[in-house]
Amino acid sequence: MGLFILRRVGMMIVTAICLTFIVFFMTNLYPNLEKLAKTQGNFRMSEEAVESYLVDRGYLQPTPVKYLQWLGVLPGFKLVKEDGTVLGKCVRPGVSAEDTPNYCGILQGDWGWSTVSKAPVGETLGKRLANTGKLMFWVMVVMVPSALIIGVLAGMNEGSRTDRTLSTVSIASTATPEYVSGVIFIALLASTRFGLGPILHDWGLIEGKALFKGSAKTAMDNVTLQNFTLPVLTVALYGMGYIARMTRASMAEVMTAQYIRTARLKGVSFRNIVMKHALRNALIAPFTVIMLQFPWLLNGVVIVETLFSYSGFGWQLVNAAGNNDIEMLLAVSVVSVVVVLVTQLISDIGYVYLNPRIRIS
Amino acid sequence: MEQLTWTGALGPFLNPIFTYVAYAFILAVVAQIVASFVFKPAAVGAVMAGTVAVGPKEYADMAAKYLLLALIVLVLIYLAAGMVMPFGKAGIIGAISARFAPVWIALFVTFTLSTVYKRRLGLYGKLFDSMIGMIGFAFVMFWVYTAIFVGVFNMISTGDALTQVSGMKNKLPGTPIRGVDPETCGTGCWYLLGGDNLARDVFSRMVNGSVIVIVIAPFATLFAFMGGITLGLPAGYFGGKLDTFLSFLANLILAFPVILLFYLLVTPEIVATGIPHYMAMVLFCFPIVFLTVLINSRFYTRPSLRTPLLAGILVLAVWLYLSAISAPGTVINVLPESMDLFNISSGILVVFVSVVFVNSPTVFRIVRGLVLDIQTRDYVAAAQTRGEGPWYIMLWEILPNARGPLIVDFCLRVGYTTILLGTLGFFGLGLPPESPDWGTTINDGRKLLSIYPHPALVPAFALLSLVLGLNLLADGLREESLRD
Repeated sequence: MGLFILRRVGMMIVTAICLTFIVFFMTNLYPNLEKLAKTQGNFRMSEEAVESYLVDRGYLQPTPVKYLQWLGVLPGFKLVKEDGTVLGKCVRPGVSAEDTPNYCGILQGDWGWSTVSKAPVGETLGKRLANTGKLMFWVMVVMVPSALIIGVLAGMNEGSRTDRTLSTVSIASTATPEYVSGVIFIALLASTRFGLGPILHDWGLIEGKALFKGSAKTAMDNVTLQNFTLPVLTVALYGMGYIARMTRASMAEVMTAQYIRTARLKGVSFRNIVMKHALRNALIAPFTVIMLQFPWLLNGVVIVETLFSYSGFGWQLVNAAGNNDIEMLLAVSVVSVVVVLVTQLISDIGYVYLNPRIRIS
Repeated sequence: MEQLTWTGALGPFLNPIFTYVAYAFILAVVAQIVASFVFKPAAVGAVMAGTVAVGPKEYADMAAKYLLLALIVLVLIYLAAGMVMPFGKAGIIGAISARFAPVWIALFVTFTLSTVYKRRLGLYGKLFDSMIGMIGFAFVMFWVYTAIFVGVFNMISTGDALTQVSGMKNKLPGTPIRGVDPETCGTGCWYLLGGDNLARDVFSRMVNGSVIVIVIAPFATLFAFMGGITLGLPAGYFGGKLDTFLSFLANLILAFPVILLFYLLVTPEIVATGIPHYMAMVLFCFPIVFLTVLINSRFYTRPSLRTPLLAGILVLAVWLYLSAISAPGTVINVLPESMDLFNISSGILVVFVSVVFVNSPTVFRIVRGLVLDIQTRDYVAAAQTRGEGPWYIMLWEILPNARGPLIVDFCLRVGYTTILLGTLGFFGLGLPPESPDWGTTINDGRKLLSIYPHPALVPAFALLSLVLGLNLLADGLREESLRD
């Protein structure tokens, strides 16, 4: 087991290195650097001004050199101008020239400087990740139990009417991408002029005209039912159908197993068969699926955070990619690689741990 | 001219009936659910003995069934009245239904012919045994026919997708177009589904957007399958270093967040460097390689047939390939103008390439898994003993036997590709901002969503129905292909 985990961690590092190099290469292409120079300097810069801006800050070194500097293997680029100002990768505003370290890369624990938010990447991204963590937590709280209940109810009587109805519901939920369900939810539940809000207001059930808020901006400080329901529901809905279908398949398979038949024949009640005999075995497969859903959720999170203007990880990704914020993008891709591969690892380990047939042999 | 209502002249007497039936149906469904918990179903013996099993549960079931049928009939009346009554008299629903008349006819013909001859049509015919599959197929074909009638014959849409009419900004569905002559305007008198924030016709944009989606999504999926199959077959069959390497590459692409990948590939700065065009060069090779190997492995023992066949196909394929990748004004411009069959606009090419690129690793993994499974079968061993070459075994023994899961996955993947195209549009990537495709229109409409929801809701429901149709179709196909 130890060797297996070690190998997976090694694989993770190799993948992360390859991936960040690709991101590095793409973001350091000349047109992208030119855009960066123009957004950082000013939009009417001449060709020469752009060139000198980029040369001064070390953006025009060969890509592998720059990449190694970012990793912290090579000393960071540094240039002292005639007037004594120091420019370079490791220079931060407010830090004097003497205190500027020679190496500033991932290995030194420095994630770089975000050119858009004018702050260290590590700090900014940490805040964003905390916000997204909050969103993900509520998504999981809503999604996992409802998906498992739907899946178990559908799978315990394969082919029944309940099964067919719930299966269609889960197909519909997988067929509704976040930007569609989000738009529908906002239009029907968060509008002051259409949908449910005005009706409930007329009946005197709610104070304001809108039932929920169409923006989750306030949820960053203070989560309420009003501002967080719609984003959570939107992300949860898309993932729910898939988990429910996996649970249904696994439950249906377990229900045809010999030991269930034995239990039935010896007269155990249906409720007890489901609760005590079938459920535990049926939930092994959904566990792995739930873990593998995390990377997918990440995708949904990007859309939902953009739609509801909630500054989390996904919002940061879109913001950084739109403005070619190189070091932020690299950090974002490292985080997502780690999320993808760690969840894969947990799902593999969990599968072995939960399944006695594999665990004991 | 006056504002159209949703149901027009039918409204006063049909709407109350519809409302009552709908309420009754909801009550019946609730009663049915309650009854299924409270009452036991009638004894099995009673049904077998031929006596009609009656109990509260059965009554609730029956009521729900007939009320549902009544609802469907009412909806059909709304739709059919639109085609029979003069345009606009049957309200917005009727007018839209009348515009879709060619689609209804085509759907009717398809379904009648397919149901009559379903026993002779193989897997396609079996689809008509499954209710879910049929519903899904209807949704999918609805949009396919819409795209054909809009794209080829320029029917259905009431106006142009890009024309802006002053004074029509954010107008509600059914608003008459300002300044048109009621005598001569015919079918173009109203913005049937309202105007968007740039005063364009939402309905026309929606139907025109279907053309882009219906053209790109299946083709992109097909290319992704060609790539995935061409690489997945040898990876699974030979295994070893090749497999390790290709699997690593596939996992690398899959570890990317899709949206980051889109941002890296599709921004104008990257397009200017020509990277998407080089990727197109590589990705478009796969179908040619696939076809060549497919034909060569089958007919290489008969050179007299193989050589002319292969040469013919290759010339045609390479010509298409060069026409596809070369376009004036881009980095690749190899073909002279006179020989270039068609030019794919840069925006569409970029979107196409990135969607193919995102999809093919998953296809690769599926194909690889299927090969690993099928490889152990006896007929593969028989072919190996016969002395068949590895490519023959892969393409003519293993691939045909993997077709079931691949067809099902193809349907699902077209749906997923549609979602991806929408995602690209939603972030304003790739296609020009005035493009009528659904993702871009949703993105346009979401800014004023809580005040004017119609410009975003219309494309959202269109996309939803297409993807839902594809998923239901895949489900039906899976059920039917598992049955035999």
